[in-house]
Amino acid sequence: MLDREGEGARLLAGGQSLVPALNMRLLSPASLIDINGVAELTGIAERDGVLRLGALTRHAALASSPEIARLAPLVAQAAPFIAHAAIRNRGTLGGSLAHADPAAELPACAVALDAEFEVAGAHGRRRVKARDFFTGIYQTNLAPGEILVAVEIPVSPPARRSVFLELARRQGDYALCGLALAAEIRDGVIADARAVYFGVGSKPVETANTALALDGKRPGDGPGAAANALEAELEPLGDFNADAAMKGHLAQVLLRRALGRLDAA
Amino acid sequence: MSDDRIFIRLIVNGESVAREIPARLNLVDFLRDELGLTGTRWSCEHGVCGACTVLINGELARGCLVFAVQLEGCHVETIEGLSRSGVLADLQAVFQRRNAVQCGFCSAGMLLSADALLRENHAPSRAEIREHLSGNYCRCTGYHAIVDAVAEVAAARAVKVKAT
Repeated sequence: MLDREGEGARLLAGGQSLVPALNMRLLSPASLIDINGVAELTGIAERDGVLRLGALTRHAALASSPEIARLAPLVAQAAPFIAHAAIRNRGTLGGSLAHADPAAELPACAVALDAEFEVAGAHGRRRVKARDFFTGIYQTNLAPGEILVAVEIPVSPPARRSVFLELARRQGDYALCGLALAAEIRDGVIADARAVYFGVGSKPVETANTALALDGKRPGDGPGAAANALEAELEPLGDFNADAAMKGHLAQVLLRRALGRLDAA
Repeated sequence: MSDDRIFIRLIVNGESVAREIPARLNLVDFLRDELGLTGTRWSCEHGVCGACTVLINGELARGCLVFAVQLEGCHVETIEGLSRSGVLADLQAVFQRRNAVQCGFCSAGMLLSADALLRENHAPSRAEIREHLSGNYCRCTGYHAIVDAVAEVAAARAVKVKAT
């Protein structure tokens, strides 16, 4: 149907980002296709070490699902930061990812958890890694006529810890700066860390050198070399809420706090 | 799309409603213009202010971010229905007594959001009340009286639950 309607059509999922754009006449698609009744896009299930979340999974379900809390705790930690209760009741995982707002929580979580997306189009299905999916501000590698069907997240091993932090001027507002951090703690030291910032660039920003500098360190010792690595590799984009220097400062603050949380966990 | 008309049936405040409406009609316009239920407000029109808050199948939702045609078979509740049934009566009385209502524009959304919080969390802290109501803007009260009122009703409902 999406293929038949052509590029003038938009998919309507939770509508919590699309409908504001329609109300403000920023978008005026020729047709809207409401996908809320498509059963295949729903469901939360684990199989063979992979947690599969249907694209229509609501933010409220991300926050309340016991499976997600156990198998992908980073997502459960992030969900309460998404807007407000009324928005979380309708907004969807797939919608947020496909919308690709650079200040949104879930794209950063997907990259930090090395999630893979299942995408369907008229010519079949394909899979794409979260880190290759986001290409720019509100831009993804979804081709016209394609739909995000499901998100698959490798189940976090029990030794893996995650921390989700976000700074906003008011609860529910867009993040000035946020951090999704996942790492294993083996014998008291960090291993295999992944750090993804959001609200600081045109898409989720994976700070690989910062994460590498954390490996082998004790969380209680603070950022140390990782602070220098972050300073060197993060080039924040300023916006009307905070300039680049302020975002860079907030990124350091979040790194410090995240290590504190890892230490306490 | 804007020219399409679609026939829908839904239940608004417990009453069955059937209408043929434009596909583009927003839920808030549907409630206000088609049904005359003007307690649900239009304000920011992009999901930020909470003045259009309603319940859809018992869950809080932004009326401004839903098209009426999406609600085939759904239960929608507005401030009118919830006032009539008395479920908000304690909140409404305390809001009035504590001056948590001034111009009244935000009050419908504020009451629905507060009630949803108290159904989930029987003893919210002041910080939790503020956090939950962060999606409802009030330009008059400065929020203190609203938080006071919700905290008072939370305590009163807890006593009532204990007594029964």
